[in-house]
Amino acid sequence: MYLTGEEEKMYQGEYGETIKKSMEILVALGDIYQAERLVNITSAQVSGVSYKTIGDAGLEYLEDLARDTQARTRVASTLNPAGVDLEKWEELGFSPEFTTQQHRIVEAYGKMDVMTTCTCTPYLIGNVPLKGSHIAWSESSAVAYANSILGAMSNREGGPGALAAAICGKTACYGYHLPENRKSDLVVELECEIQGTDYGALGYLVGQTVKEGKPYFKLKNRPLNDNLKGLGAALASSGAVALYHIEGITPEYKDALPEEADDTLFVDRNNLEEVKEKLSTTSLKPDLVCLGCPHASLEEIRKVAEILKGKKLKNDLWLCTSINMKTAADRMGYTKIIEQSGGRLVFDTCMVVAPIEELDYEVIGVDSAKAANYVPSMCGLEVVFDEIENLLDLD
Amino acid sequence: MQVFKCRVISRGKARGKIIHSSQPLSFLGGVDPDTGKIMDINHPLQGEIIKNKILVIPGGKGSTVGSYVIFQMYKNNTAPRAIICLEAEPIIATGAIMAGIPMVDHIRPEVMDILAQALEVEVDGDNGEIKVFNH
Repeated sequence: MYLTGEEEKMYQGEYGETIKKSMEILVALGDIYQAERLVNITSAQVSGVSYKTIGDAGLEYLEDLARDTQARTRVASTLNPAGVDLEKWEELGFSPEFTTQQHRIVEAYGKMDVMTTCTCTPYLIGNVPLKGSHIAWSESSAVAYANSILGAMSNREGGPGALAAAICGKTACYGYHLPENRKSDLVVELECEIQGTDYGALGYLVGQTVKEGKPYFKLKNRPLNDNLKGLGAALASSGAVALYHIEGITPEYKDALPEEADDTLFVDRNNLEEVKEKLSTTSLKPDLVCLGCPHASLEEIRKVAEILKGKKLKNDLWLCTSINMKTAADRMGYTKIIEQSGGRLVFDTCMVVAPIEELDYEVIGVDSAKAANYVPSMCGLEVVFDEIENLLDLD
Repeated sequence: MQVFKCRVISRGKARGKIIHSSQPLSFLGGVDPDTGKIMDINHPLQGEIIKNKILVIPGGKGSTVGSYVIFQMYKNNTAPRAIICLEAEPIIATGAIMAGIPMVDHIRPEVMDILAQALEVEVDGDNGEIKVFNH
């Protein structure tokens, strides 16, 4: 792989061990994927944060890196969700042992100047790359959003690779960084209008079908931003979709249609309802409802507050979001409404990365197809996938 | 002594005894980081120890958390001394670099057969060479 003079110096260790090691990771990945060169990035988003996922090994690796005073990110960098709400962990029932290790991980990232917001929706809190800019993101749902909705260019980076990219301000130029690799390979045509959990069900269905493909959607109605957040998350979890296009909506759709687009997948109401049934593992009522996968926008928080206003919840509710949205929701009064009904705004974490199997819940209710896909396998709990209104058990 | 050219994935030099398999290996769930023992019941090397050996495998598979497992093994002194693959993939490659374990790939399939029979090898991740010793 070609390196510039400056990159060669970084690779040979002239700027210290951490930059050397980070360049080695980027060059090795570049060689494996046959990249010809590195490309400068403007933004990074780093996964590998939850102690549940990376354990003591990850913690030690990050603390080792953070000791090097030259190990600082060179571009705007944000962090994926952690395993606990870093402030209200005790109220939520998480152990002090887990939380202590979790704090150490987040502090190590903070020392390297990765913004310690811990969210899977960096694009809602100001990490918003421009169309055509090269970035290195690792949270799969955020990669799908950045590529598809923002038109930025990112591969699905692994956690250590994204951190290496943030520290060097570069990533290997292959895959989605090359315009010729951004065209669709399958048309998905909707035969009905869709709303709410339909988007997640659609993403789950299509992700399973296309695997790493790049679907081109023809929708019958215009989606909202929040709908696309859920669609992309589902596409990226049941498959490995990193880029999709929607006719008339997303920024690259005009150049995305392949010349021979004879392969069309038609999706009707029955197909969506079938997927929804499959995603629920039980018909019992959820004892914990987990919303905010990916992390809730302020608009989504407002809608939940409207449903709950003046009512009492019989089941527990976690509405997962970033600390930025939580702060805005506090000021808007939404947090108070949700708490008065017995629910909670949870930040820094979510149902997928938190050790909720350690708490006393059996059935988790979710409105996210991604969460429905992961909760049974990662937490070993039963899951109900349904609309928010049906999940919340109100007095 | 025979010398074979290869591609460098992670720099550094190491010499040791070979442990070889024609099956890919997942480090997450497949290897015990406390002992270096292969735990995957479906793997031909199940029960074998890779600690301080030169690990020769076609490639890796499984979760990206596998990179951290390799780093954990390095911290626990249970890691292999070097890794040789037919075709490196990102999980083991990243883990080897994180842990500072020499790693090379792109050897010819017939070299794989020679390695399977070899007693001791040296992986030279600085010059892209594998040296095979048969006594």
